[in-house]
Amino acid sequence: MLTLVLIFFPLLAALGTLILPRDNAKMYSFISSLIQLGITAYAFILFLTQGTDALAANYEWVPALGISLQVGLDGISILLVALTNILIPLIILSSFRNNYSNPAAFYGLILLMQFALIGVFAALDGFLFYVFWELALIPIWFICLLWGGEERIRITLKFFIYTLAGSLLMLLGLIFVYLQTPAPHSFSIDALYQASLTAEMQGYIFWCFFLAFAIKIPVFPFHTWQPDTYTDAPAQGSMLLSGIMLKMGIYGIIRWMLPILPLGIAEWGNCVMILCAISIVYASVIAIYQKDFKRLIAYSSIAHVGLITAGVFSLSMQGLQGSVVQMLAHGINVVGLFFIADIIQRRMKTRQMDSLGGLANNSPLFSILFIIVLLGSVALPLTNGFVGEFLLLLGVYSYNAWLAAICGLTVILGAVYMFRAYQKVMLGEVHERSVEFTGLAKSEKIVLIIIAALIIVCGVYPKPILSITQPALEEIVLNLQGVN
Amino acid sequence: MKALIIISILGVVAMMADVLRFKKLLVPIIVTGLFIALATVCMDWNTDIRYFNDMAYFDNYALAFTGAVIFITLLWMLIGQEYFQDSHTKGEHAALILFCLSGAIAMISFSDLTLFFIGLEILSISLYVLAASNKSDLRSNEAGLKYFLMGAFATGFLLFGIALIYGATATFNLQGIHDALAKGAISPLMVKTGVLLILVGLLFKVSAAPFHFWAPDVYEGSPTLVTMFMATVVKTAAFAAFYRLFSTCFISLSDTWIPVVAALSAITMLLGNIMAVFQTSFKRMLAYSSIAHAGYMMMAIAAMNEVSAGSIFLYAIAYSIGSLGAFACLHAMSVNGDESISGLNGLGKRQPKVAIFLSLIMFSLAGIPPVAGFFAKYYLFYGALIGGYTWLVIIAVMSSLIGVYYYFKVIFALFKTNPIAAEELPILLPKHYVLLILTAIISLGIGVSPAWLQSLIS
Repeated sequence: MLTLVLIFFPLLAALGTLILPRDNAKMYSFISSLIQLGITAYAFILFLTQGTDALAANYEWVPALGISLQVGLDGISILLVALTNILIPLIILSSFRNNYSNPAAFYGLILLMQFALIGVFAALDGFLFYVFWELALIPIWFICLLWGGEERIRITLKFFIYTLAGSLLMLLGLIFVYLQTPAPHSFSIDALYQASLTAEMQGYIFWCFFLAFAIKIPVFPFHTWQPDTYTDAPAQGSMLLSGIMLKMGIYGIIRWMLPILPLGIAEWGNCVMILCAISIVYASVIAIYQKDFKRLIAYSSIAHVGLITAGVFSLSMQGLQGSVVQMLAHGINVVGLFFIADIIQRRMKTRQMDSLGGLANNSPLFSILFIIVLLGSVALPLTNGFVGEFLLLLGVYSYNAWLAAICGLTVILGAVYMFRAYQKVMLGEVHERSVEFTGLAKSEKIVLIIIAALIIVCGVYPKPILSITQPALEEIVLNLQGVN
Repeated sequence: MKALIIISILGVVAMMADVLRFKKLLVPIIVTGLFIALATVCMDWNTDIRYFNDMAYFDNYALAFTGAVIFITLLWMLIGQEYFQDSHTKGEHAALILFCLSGAIAMISFSDLTLFFIGLEILSISLYVLAASNKSDLRSNEAGLKYFLMGAFATGFLLFGIALIYGATATFNLQGIHDALAKGAISPLMVKTGVLLILVGLLFKVSAAPFHFWAPDVYEGSPTLVTMFMATVVKTAAFAAFYRLFSTCFISLSDTWIPVVAALSAITMLLGNIMAVFQTSFKRMLAYSSIAHAGYMMMAIAAMNEVSAGSIFLYAIAYSIGSLGAFACLHAMSVNGDESISGLNGLGKRQPKVAIFLSLIMFSLAGIPPVAGFFAKYYLFYGALIGGYTWLVIIAVMSSLIGVYYYFKVIFALFKTNPIAAEELPILLPKHYVLLILTAIISLGIGVSPAWLQSLIS
């Protein structure tokens, strides 16, 4: 029941934002996201004390077709729900200095996005998962379309058609699996896990599912929509896309692919590993040559999620645990980076790194917070990024040492492009325009300090995250080993 | 049956309006009559009665579709009443629309090929006149003539097919034909030719490829309100008849016609969607999109299993409701004479609520959750997959993706920042607005709880 409250409260809040006077939309949506955070905290305590049963709910939706409103949270999904509900208030707060036209619609769409994202993470019915999956696309598409940059129409169309193509394939795969479930057919996750699929069927369905997830993540060569969309979207749109939405894809692989298609993964897993390795090197190298700071973050994001996906497909306990930890870490870090890009852009009216420089002189606090986020992103020990990437590389190493070596490049190359970016933007010769750079406003300080604190806390003491995910992941790994 | 009688009488009453001088009361009378007809449909629910020596058979399938077409007509009346404003033609227009509706109901509820043919002709002949009803407009005249010539040709095929079937089985009754065919031992050549000829006639009516050539021109040329009626009520009725005829009568000959329907379904949806991409006129785009939707619905007829009837019903309603909303905006635009998609530019700035609801309607037509169109498509895909038509579903998925492109062109136009001069922007009058909001809300409602609509027919 509580899970349903978690899902539907943002929807009500979104509708409320549209109805209430539009001048207060900002404050109103922020408060409702804080209430949501409170509910999440309560759910988290319930989860720790009473386990997964306390958060499960199952209601009929379309009984004739075996579709139900089945939701629940386990060790993996509750962390992602927590990530969403921590990031959304930060994202809303981060927009306080931007004056978007039509704020009621803007904040309403963010809350609607929250509704769909929580739905994706909590759904335990294949059909429900699909509906939320698609639903998540609509608000973010509107955010990019209405508040995006110059070329938004071309870019959002590409983004939408790309992701929809993947989703429709996934729908086909889902219906196919559903038809193989024991009679009476059902979309419930337990029934889908029991579907009797031959190795050949699993091979086909593997690609149906994987394409949908790979486009969302994105993995090379399905990434071409991503840099444009991230760059062109408004700052909050980029944060939603990279901070939370791409986690849908990785979560989808862990929840819906690993248990349903073990044979398909055994057949095609190595192919995915190679794609991930290409992703990492390719995106990192391109990131080094970027001049636009936001575009650099977009490419660095491809490299990071490539490693996460590789960790998942290593099918080892360390790899999977690393992927969950790194999903959280990447979510926090990338939101921080996009916010820093937004802070700079709003003040300097440019994101071109060549025309920036010496910003550190004007705002020491900003430069300290920037470097913390940056260190998290390049995975320095004692930051959250280190824990995740270490486990991920360990997982990939257990799969194949050479691949691990290639994937390890992400850490080195990541340090190259990130430090170069920092050097160009913050240090060096003081650019004439940099004089105008003013210190951080109150709302900006709060957001960045919270993000920096999260980066350090998760890096110094990651054990709770590991122990929460342990049981759920163990089940998945055991299941995989049982089949192979 | 009562609904059919009430609507036929309403049509006759409408013709009298000119003579007996109660033109002002005409619209209230029609609306009341339609509501009464709808109420009788609800009262007859679960009765399962055969009328006139088994000429008409009102089972729940027929009642559900009858209710649907009456309901759609009522929604249409919200802006369609404008079509009854001109005092010279008021009575005739109203009578023709009502006769068209009664023809549709006869087509939905037939259990005898003669009633089927009579219903189809009542519907078609009214439509020929309606298409040409804007006498001063050359395109409208062209549309009427084109529709009439092509329609008459298709009717000829249909009638020839019916004659051959009658020749082979010696009965017009659906059940009788089914029994005779099941027994076998009748001239297979004659029967198969008959079935294929009937198929040609029906495919023409639902505007499926390769018999779709009339549709874009007729849709574009006819007065917008008539096009709206044609795209919704007529298409729903034609599919109801299509399914009824082929599921009860010719099921034992499925080897003959199912491959044809499946192949044409694929061609129709691809062709409709691809052609729609290149249209700049909103009206013509909707015409091609209606061809594409016919292709999707034919999937259910090709699959011909226990979910077919329910999925056609749900799809027809989802599509009709979506089209009503889109046509409401088109009608508001066409007052200015501008029917191009770019005519919508900047509407999002001027009337943001309209933009939101029209976007919802476009989502429904494109088949994106959680709006009605998605669930309707889902049922179709699901039915086709259990029918073993994986290849057809893959083509349908591809053509849906093409569909997204042109439906989104409309949304992009709405949110373009460089609007054309303010006075040239279309203005949605309250009636358009009400219809748009109603259709959007109904679409969303069906999307959230699709189960009950589909369970009406099962």
